[in-house]
Amino acid sequence: MSRRVAIDPVTRVEGHGKVTLMVDDDNRITEARLHIVEFRGFEKFIQGRPYWELPLVVQRLCGICPVSHHLAAAKAIDQIAGATELTPAALKLRRLMHFAQVLQSHALHFFHLAAPDLVFGFDSDVSRRNLVALIQQHEALALQGVRIRKFGQQIIEAISGKRIHGIAAIPGGMNAALDPGAVREFQDRVGDIKTWCEQTVRLVRKLYLQNRPFHEAFGHTDASSLSIVGGADQLELYDGDFKVIDADGALLHRHPARQYHSLLREQVKSWSYMKFPFLADHSPATGWYRVGPLARLNTCCGIPTPLAEQARVDYLTTLGSPVQSPLAFHWARMIEALHCAEAIGSLLSDPDLSSDELRVQGDKCHEGIGVIEAPRGTLIHHYQINDDDQVTMANLIVSTTHNNQAMNESIRQVAAQHLDGRSLTPELLNLVEVAIRAYDPCLSCATHAMGKMPLLLALQSTSGNLLQSLSRDADGHIQYAD
Amino acid sequence: MTEKRSFTLDQQEIPFQPGDSILQAAQRAGVYVPHLCFHPDFSANGSCRLCVVSIAGKTVAACHYPARSGLQVTMNNSRLQQQRLRLLQLLFAEGNHFCPSCEVSGSCQLQALAYDLGMTHYHYDPFYPQRPRDGSHPDFFIDTDRCIFCDLCGRAGTEQDHKPVYRLGGRGEQTRLLIYSASGKLGDSRAAADDKAAHVCPVGCILPREGHYRDPIGERVYDASPIHWVGNRRRDQHAAPAADSAGDPSHD
Repeated sequence: MSRRVAIDPVTRVEGHGKVTLMVDDDNRITEARLHIVEFRGFEKFIQGRPYWELPLVVQRLCGICPVSHHLAAAKAIDQIAGATELTPAALKLRRLMHFAQVLQSHALHFFHLAAPDLVFGFDSDVSRRNLVALIQQHEALALQGVRIRKFGQQIIEAISGKRIHGIAAIPGGMNAALDPGAVREFQDRVGDIKTWCEQTVRLVRKLYLQNRPFHEAFGHTDASSLSIVGGADQLELYDGDFKVIDADGALLHRHPARQYHSLLREQVKSWSYMKFPFLADHSPATGWYRVGPLARLNTCCGIPTPLAEQARVDYLTTLGSPVQSPLAFHWARMIEALHCAEAIGSLLSDPDLSSDELRVQGDKCHEGIGVIEAPRGTLIHHYQINDDDQVTMANLIVSTTHNNQAMNESIRQVAAQHLDGRSLTPELLNLVEVAIRAYDPCLSCATHAMGKMPLLLALQSTSGNLLQSLSRDADGHIQYAD
Repeated sequence: MTEKRSFTLDQQEIPFQPGDSILQAAQRAGVYVPHLCFHPDFSANGSCRLCVVSIAGKTVAACHYPARSGLQVTMNNSRLQQQRLRLLQLLFAEGNHFCPSCEVSGSCQLQALAYDLGMTHYHYDPFYPQRPRDGSHPDFFIDTDRCIFCDLCGRAGTEQDHKPVYRLGGRGEQTRLLIYSASGKLGDSRAAADDKAAHVCPVGCILPREGHYRDPIGERVYDASPIHWVGNRRRDQHAAPAADSAGDPSHD
């Protein structure tokens, strides 16, 4: 008789999830399902709202990367407001805000959530695997992480009035210029941030290569990669067109970002609120892909800042392209963080930032599509409005959703490698969480779920019988329930 | 010799003129009395009841109660503050007031009073009413989810604009903001951009299109000082008063 394993809850991940492992009579993992079991329904309840509210409403999807939602919605409503080209000051303010967002989010993801696993080891005492222990035993490293994140958050605050959920983007531009005093203060500090990001890239490289066979095999999944890219296929986080490569690195698609609907389809499954996007010219079974830092460094042909470009070349030379190991996400992530620090340094010196020309207007239309690279991957916001400026349709495809099937595949690989017979163990539960965290610590925006991220690990037969379950509460208590 | 007309409000002597209500006299004296539905340019309505005061053990609305010499009026004690808090919580529960994404957040008198009274939760089960929104007018967007039925727009239309545009209809739970037009839409009414009625809403119900998010956080009406300091102001009035002009009687 085959059986099913479920993990509940997942920790150091934002949201609420459940993992079911389907096991056959020979104890082989046949399928892994990451269920997203909460629902918020943003796409529905923003219908009827005036379109200029969107950047403020939808940023509430997430507390980790609200700026990405804010700016993706802003790009969409620019089109609705007929603003075909922003002023240089508004565009650079938005880019600065976005670089700060990616920097702070990557710092949070690596230092606060993933580093305890990488530094102490996946099998170390669970009570030690957290940021507090990291601060106690590696104070300089942990505090650098906290300060990098703080720097990004403070730039966001200077532009939008708040570190989380501020107000900045309005239809056709931005609502205020950046205070020159704040610019000077950030200029004084950005050098340290770049240095710390460089050090962190070296650290994550060292950690990865210290146990390279394990890290490369952990959750290894050959997948296509999707992201937007800039001119000459450079790494681009704010605006560009889609590029998709297959698992071997061959080009599959170049596609205008605003025509995402002819590139992608979404499949719905009964066991999860999270949809399954796939390439429209493939079947759902073969058309899934990966997004995020790992995918972005696979699709791009260069990074337009020197230190990050140097790190990218070293990363690809060392690992070979395209990289397919989920734990390499962290390495790619910190290369992007270094890029953000460099880009912030350049933008802070840009004279356009002091301009008060922040808004343009044009002929209104009824549809807008904003595509942006959020910290964890490609983010698509699509809205339609009626003649009264009220939203009639919203479609949000967030990074976690793009990575849905890739995460399932990586979880299946991890379980296949580490499930000991028919017994669920805390160690397996932790390894599954490590795989999820490599992709994404934030499942909440995928179904627009809220709350902490408890996880249920369930073992299930292929006939659907629950054989065993293991859950972890938010306070770390593990419970077995057969 | 003319007799001096005054009463005491929380032991402070307040002069008044014939015909003043307690609230009018207090405002003229620069003393803030919490309120939402009162405006010095229009007749008193008495619907929000947030201006409750106590006179000889009796609780009355200061906007309606005539000032008289020798009255001893109590405004701030724990019982009255608790009553105001509950009244305010009823207003929140009755509508759909989602401050985090509301474009009037930071400049909203309802929100400002909630902060001032230390409101931390709704207390009452929210109604979650389903009310229509109206985007048919080129200058304004109507979000009746946020209407608190103060009728300031209705009174301003009747008493100053001299044309009916807004009115309250229905009773009790079914009370709604209605528009005088054949279709019931603002776009088909006589509403104009410079109507006083469109510029008295204390909350986020009658909104100038695309207006409010242009105010950066830190520069909104109540970002720097609480409502008992700033007074009942709107973003389309001038900047908030300096600290030493608290209770400026020119505030509505």
